[in-house]
Amino acid sequence: MARKTTATRKAGVTALAWIIALVIFFPILWTVLTSFKTEAVAIADPPVWFNFDWTLENYATVQERSNYARHFMNSVIISLGSTLLGLLIAVPAAWAMAFVPGKRTKDVLMWMLSTKMMPAVGVLIPIYLLFRNLGLLDTRSGLVVVLMLMNLPIIIWMLYTYFKEIPGEILEAARMDGANLRNEIIYVLTPMAVPGIASTLLLNVILAWNEAFWTLNLTAAKAAPLTAFIASYSSPEGLFYAKLSAASTMAIAPIMILGWFSQKQLVRGLTFGAVK
Amino acid sequence: MKSMTRALLGATAVAALATAASAETLTIATVNNGDMIRMQGLTEDFTAQHPDIELEWVTLEENVLRQRVTTDIATKGGQYDVMTIGTYEAPIWAAQGWLVPLEDMGEDYDVDDILPAIRSGLTHDGKLYAAPFYAESSMVMYRTDLMEKAGLEMPDAPTWDFIKEAAAAMTDKEGEVYGICLRGKAGWGENMAFLTAMSNSYGARWFDEEWNPQFDGEAWKATLTDYLDLMNNYGPPGASGNGFNENLSLFQTGKCGMWIDATVAASFVTNPNDSQVADNVGFALAPDNGLGKRGNWLWAWNLAIPAGTEKADAAKEFVAWATSKHYTELVAAKDGWANVPPGTRQSLYETPEYIEVPFAMMTLQSINSADPTNPTVDPVPYTGVQFVAIPEFQGLGTAVGQQFSAALAGQMSAEDALAAAQSLTEREMKKAGYIK
Repeated sequence: MARKTTATRKAGVTALAWIIALVIFFPILWTVLTSFKTEAVAIADPPVWFNFDWTLENYATVQERSNYARHFMNSVIISLGSTLLGLLIAVPAAWAMAFVPGKRTKDVLMWMLSTKMMPAVGVLIPIYLLFRNLGLLDTRSGLVVVLMLMNLPIIIWMLYTYFKEIPGEILEAARMDGANLRNEIIYVLTPMAVPGIASTLLLNVILAWNEAFWTLNLTAAKAAPLTAFIASYSSPEGLFYAKLSAASTMAIAPIMILGWFSQKQLVRGLTFGAVK
Repeated sequence: MKSMTRALLGATAVAALATAASAETLTIATVNNGDMIRMQGLTEDFTAQHPDIELEWVTLEENVLRQRVTTDIATKGGQYDVMTIGTYEAPIWAAQGWLVPLEDMGEDYDVDDILPAIRSGLTHDGKLYAAPFYAESSMVMYRTDLMEKAGLEMPDAPTWDFIKEAAAAMTDKEGEVYGICLRGKAGWGENMAFLTAMSNSYGARWFDEEWNPQFDGEAWKATLTDYLDLMNNYGPPGASGNGFNENLSLFQTGKCGMWIDATVAASFVTNPNDSQVADNVGFALAPDNGLGKRGNWLWAWNLAIPAGTEKADAAKEFVAWATSKHYTELVAAKDGWANVPPGTRQSLYETPEYIEVPFAMMTLQSINSADPTNPTVDPVPYTGVQFVAIPEFQGLGTAVGQQFSAALAGQMSAEDALAAAQSLTEREMKKAGYIK
């Protein structure tokens, strides 16, 4: 009887998980389907699911109108650049907080996280003026710095959580064997934390890829990434849903493929330390 | 001789390099509207005439663009050489000294050909600060087949009473046909564009001559009550979330008997590729109440040059090209007269081929019946038909729009919405120093 109850419960939980997953995935599925419709079919009521004349016309129009390759390259450089620069700063910071904590370490961590609670628009004008004076408007290097700063608290928090799981005795042994601080971090700590660093890297690449406030406000033509590419197809005066869907599909496809192949690392990264 | 040839070749190469180096790149910020996208596709014509100027386009959604260009021009960021701005921004930015006056636009430009109603909204201290690319008003678009079935005939210039009668006669809720579709989504450019224009025809106004808010008057009460009655009795469900696109979709799929909105929608609803009712659409002027003002608005998308640009001369060349008579002929030759950007030049409405376009003359009449410098029945201290051309209006308009949208959603009564609008407008106007 108990076994039957367990099996029923397991089936119920599985069904619930599938329902939640489908609900979350539905907007993406609908966007992809709409991208293959004509504008007239895209707004049809009742909605048409699969039974329509599939067309690649929207993709051709988007390709013709926009320089997708340039936006894509900008997204790659900005998201990878900001993440790598962030890791370079965050690894030593997280090491210090995890292995040499001070009285105020927890407070510092909380303070860093609290910077994420302020709405970005609150600092738009000061940052815009800084960028103007430094000649960083519409440059990839400017965006790399700004996105790195935006994501740095999350990178440090994630790495801190990982490093806390690594026994301090191992580092102590390395020190006794004569390793200096640099070697300790590069040759002992980093290899042990590779899964954690990898999942932090992946998550931050995704966050930077999808960032749509700073990337829209600090760029014009040259450094505009895929978020600006999508925004150029949205219109409050005209039904261009199919073209907008095609642009969205082209923008999210690379990061979805990356997410699909690295989902194990991502899940591990997000749940690390949650269950002991 | 050889050395002479070498020297000449060298000089030519240097000259060529110098030309390439001196080629200017103009960055143009624009909205993702059909006419703008068409312009983007026709830029080869411009670059062929101006090989020393290259064009870089930044196309953004209207609200994103407004935020982007406002930030840039206010901080003198210098990101753009040409900006697409609306009739709302043009006089405010011109007064701030943020725009280059558009003088010396070339001999062929014919600035006097621009429609007076449009030109007056873009002029500050006698100088033109933005060139209109296309203009729109609002009008009634209606289903001729449903009107006939209801046994009614739409006059060219209907009254609000007729609109109510027709909406009641055309509504068939079981058949999912709603007599009237109007904007309900909150926003200064959404429901408040419609309601402010409607209020003008009811004798209402945002402020009296001393900048005192007027939402506590009878005229606003009549406007909002009639709007809510129309929408609650004959409008589609969930109308408080409907903007231009939602209503366009409803009209094109045969669910609206009448739709009062931007004249630019006419080309969409009559296009058989997109609209299921393309063959059964008629047009009429926006309604009135016999008080001398109609419920139509006036808007233009314009090209302007920010004062901070170092490429003002090249930018003027581009603006002159994009808003010229030559450009309209270019579009007509390539995509047909129905796709020419409407509402900016008198000469367009003297072109026989254009007059044949079904919605052409109704668009012109609608534009001409709106007066941005004298928009209301009683005098007001502001310009703008469906907006008040003061910097505070974006925030105010949206806040008032939220009250009216809530009333449409049934969350508050018309009286409460008007009282809230009066109180919040008074507070903001005091804060801004207009009243004590």
